[in-house]
Amino acid sequence: MRKLLLPSIIIVAASLLLIRIFYLQVINDTFKLKSENNAIKIKYEYPERGYIYDRHGKLLVANQASYDIMVIPREIKNLDTLELCQLLDISKEEFLKKIAKAKVYSPRLPSVFLPQLNKSEYAAFQEKIRKFEGFYVQKRSLRDYEVDFGANIFGFITQVNDGIIKSNSYYKSGDLIGKQGVEQYYEDILRGVKGVKYFLKDKYNREIGSYKNGKYDTIAVQGEDINLTIDAEIQRYGEQLMINKRGGIVAIEPKTGEILALVTAPSYDPGILVGRQRSKNYTLLYNDSIAKPLYDRGLLAEYPPGSPFKILTGLVALQEGVIDENFTVFCRHGFSYARGRFMRCHCHGGALQLHRGIYESCNAYFGTAYMKTINKYVKPSYAVDVWSSHVKSFGLGQYMGYDLPTGRKGSIPTSKTYKRIYPNGGWRSTAIVSNSIGQGEVLATPIQLANMMATIANKGYYYTPHIIKKIKGEKIDPKFKIKHETTIDKKYFEPIISGLFDVYNLGTARGLKVDGIDICGKTGTAENFARIDGKKVQLEDHSIFVAFAPKDNPKIAIAVLVENGGFGATIAGPIASLMIEKYLRKKITRTDLEKRILEKSLRSEYAKLGGMAEASSIETTPKDSVSKYKEVKTNSAVDTTKKKIN
Amino acid sequence: MKNQSVKKNIDWICVIIYSTLVIMGWLNIFSSSLSSTEDTYQKQLIFIAFTIPLIFVILAVDGKFYEKYASVIYVVGLLSLAGLFVFGKTIKGQTNWYSFGSFGVQPSEFVKTATALAIAKYMSDSQINLKDTNKQIQVLAILGLPILLIVPHDPGSALIYTIFLIVLYREGLPAWYIWTGFIAITLFIFTLVFEPQYVILMALIAIIIVYWRSRLANRNIIASGIIFTLISGFVLSVNYVFENVFKQHHRDRFNILLGKSVDLKGIGYNTNQSEIAIGSGGWFGKGFLEGTQTKGGFVPEQHTDYIFTTVGEEWGFVGSLVVIALFVTLFLRIIFLAERQKTKFSRVYGYCCAGILFIHFFVNIAMVIGIFPTIGVPLPFFSYGGSGLWGFTILLFIFLKMDANKVNEW
Repeated sequence: MRKLLLPSIIIVAASLLLIRIFYLQVINDTFKLKSENNAIKIKYEYPERGYIYDRHGKLLVANQASYDIMVIPREIKNLDTLELCQLLDISKEEFLKKIAKAKVYSPRLPSVFLPQLNKSEYAAFQEKIRKFEGFYVQKRSLRDYEVDFGANIFGFITQVNDGIIKSNSYYKSGDLIGKQGVEQYYEDILRGVKGVKYFLKDKYNREIGSYKNGKYDTIAVQGEDINLTIDAEIQRYGEQLMINKRGGIVAIEPKTGEILALVTAPSYDPGILVGRQRSKNYTLLYNDSIAKPLYDRGLLAEYPPGSPFKILTGLVALQEGVIDENFTVFCRHGFSYARGRFMRCHCHGGALQLHRGIYESCNAYFGTAYMKTINKYVKPSYAVDVWSSHVKSFGLGQYMGYDLPTGRKGSIPTSKTYKRIYPNGGWRSTAIVSNSIGQGEVLATPIQLANMMATIANKGYYYTPHIIKKIKGEKIDPKFKIKHETTIDKKYFEPIISGLFDVYNLGTARGLKVDGIDICGKTGTAENFARIDGKKVQLEDHSIFVAFAPKDNPKIAIAVLVENGGFGATIAGPIASLMIEKYLRKKITRTDLEKRILEKSLRSEYAKLGGMAEASSIETTPKDSVSKYKEVKTNSAVDTTKKKIN
Repeated sequence: MKNQSVKKNIDWICVIIYSTLVIMGWLNIFSSSLSSTEDTYQKQLIFIAFTIPLIFVILAVDGKFYEKYASVIYVVGLLSLAGLFVFGKTIKGQTNWYSFGSFGVQPSEFVKTATALAIAKYMSDSQINLKDTNKQIQVLAILGLPILLIVPHDPGSALIYTIFLIVLYREGLPAWYIWTGFIAITLFIFTLVFEPQYVILMALIAIIIVYWRSRLANRNIIASGIIFTLISGFVLSVNYVFENVFKQHHRDRFNILLGKSVDLKGIGYNTNQSEIAIGSGGWFGKGFLEGTQTKGGFVPEQHTDYIFTTVGEEWGFVGSLVVIALFVTLFLRIIFLAERQKTKFSRVYGYCCAGILFIHFFVNIAMVIGIFPTIGVPLPFFSYGGSGLWGFTILLFIFLKMDANKVNEW
């Protein structure tokens, strides 16, 4: 028996070893993973982002080199914290916070320690980098804005957040991604594809050659350049005109649906969201919840359009055959549409036909026309749906499908809307008559109004508004080449357009006539209320103006919204006509008008809403107040557009 | 004439396994040396080349020589260990080298063979019965002397000598030695894992249960009390030794193994890295010279004590299985050969030979795969180093010579 002890021990011991080895090698997978983290170093090669040009090929957005200091927490050794903090000009608390954050992400993977150093900061750090084990520099390309406008169009570049890293495997900590504007919408095209190189590394984290001879390596693909449909000149001009005002301007080329200008105010210099000041400035912009500089009013501001909507009321009534050009309404400075119900009107009154109804913007005329449209059918719910589908064929009350990441549907009521409001039914045309003059349940955004004007200019069709003109090597989305026909016959547009033309000759915009350019336009005014100190207060009306020009061969359709700007012809109207003149003639003849608009400030009106204290830093001197990253300024090409009329 | 009979009678199975292991060892040293600037694989090739004349000399020497001069060899071995206190060179905290210029010799690698010879000689000299307490003391003294000389330099290696107890058990050493050893090890581990007072409490409960369940006649309250006192004393002294005598790095090694402390960058680094290297091998490994951990030099001392990680990473589970199977075959073959020896001397020596090789093999691999504390013990025939390779070669071939000789004795 004693003979068997040693052999038994040998066999038991060897089996024990084999079981453990089997567990390590075959059952437990974590070691394989650890080995890869341990021995394989991944290096990314970031391609340059595509440039952004305007419709005439003017460079708007280029790139500049930037350097991120990366840290691998596990590899930090013998660090002189004080020296590092002094060199990078950060506090010890900041240092500790950043390291702690990096550790949370991963102790062994690189994360960004300090983003976006400029060249001189980088050089200073690079000199001493040997002293800081565990830190290295990752070169990236950052945006270099050649212009100081268009921030809402471009959007900005930011580091990906944890949510994106989790949902999209392309992005790793510290990668940059486009947010808002075309940077977001055309992210995949502008970004290109980063290259990956795998290296074997040794225990000192030194590279000792490529992994599997580069079998898994990929080459970076450059981002594509894009041309926008924006005309840099009028975009810049529009932003200037909107200084000290809040609102939006959208200009569209009717024949193509190309967006010529997309202005929102207040805005900011895109250059302030580059470099180390980025997060400070972004917080400032983000926290301004009153002026909302990051909110694109051209795309997002939903308001009752007011009088411009009368154009559609007229067109639908013509199409439905309930009125003709000669249909006459007698206006007694308003009209009584039901017992005890009176709709006031600011026109000169008397007997009006369609033509004068338009240029004098008569409420009585269009209220009557609208009621006739609804009363044409026995059931008002059916009639509303007929009307609604006519109106929606102009692109209202729906997402338009343009190539920018934000938008609002607006609202065009249908029978369902009223079923919700009047669950017991029993409503009639009288209940919804305010729709006729662009109030009631009607809401539209400036871009929808601009598109509406483009459709009228085209006499019955539009192309989906879009901001992309050319993508190098790729055709733009074919959906922007599809003609959307309205349900209104072409012939009905003629009398309407002639009415709109006389708005400038005889109507509400008489004072805004531009010699030599035939403009068709329409003023609008949207009432608005705000809750101040718990009380509902009516504020100055929003000023709205829509127009297209020239009358016979329309090249530009435009919608202007100025919040609390008052009557449509006081601010929005002049801005629209100046924009049109600038676009069609490249120069301004009415310098007095231009001067008045540039100097016009609505800040006292906005002050009622509060929040000016925080907002003022950005609004007072709209572009240069937030200290611009000095490197950007010196690097960017000298550009005359920077000379701001302030 | 004599040489021819050796050629005819030598156990070729052992020789082939030996050669295979040596060659495999060298290939893995070659692979692991690519990450370092040292030319270890060239040196190892020289060491291997020297084993050939060494083997011829061992085989050429008369079979009776080893039995005749066993005591002399043993004394020379002890002297060489004692000499370390005066002339020893300290490498990596262990003073177990003699330095001759650029060459170093580790006497402890040869003393194992000497001790094996001495014990075999002692057992064969007279009709020794290990039931006799005096004889037990004498044989344990033979074993104890080298241990006493090694412990100050390298306490881990002293562990190797415990295998002799199992060999002696085969020759009649009472079973309670084995049991005592087994219980002592269990108590030792328990004391490190739990607090000593709990271990004592557990021992008390165990003794009470045993006492309760034994027949009345066998109940001996005094014996139970003595056993309890001994156990308590042992537990407390283990705790004392661990806290006060062990050096910090010894404590760390145990703490890591017992999962009491996790420090993957410091002391736990070795084991963690070797587990990663082996674990990443999978079924078939990454292929010869393809091991990323090996190339990166992540495993410290990979060419010496951690050579098995290269096997695990580059040859996978299949490779590990082959290596372990070869070793086990060799051990069992040696035991089989020992059992058919005509003289007690060569039988005991054969057992010692199998035992020594086995305990190195087990402790080394167990350490590498993280089920044993870090003890610097080489993997026989595999690990880099001349002393180790020659020591094991001498150990094995002396036995193979004895085995080949037994026919001549007729």
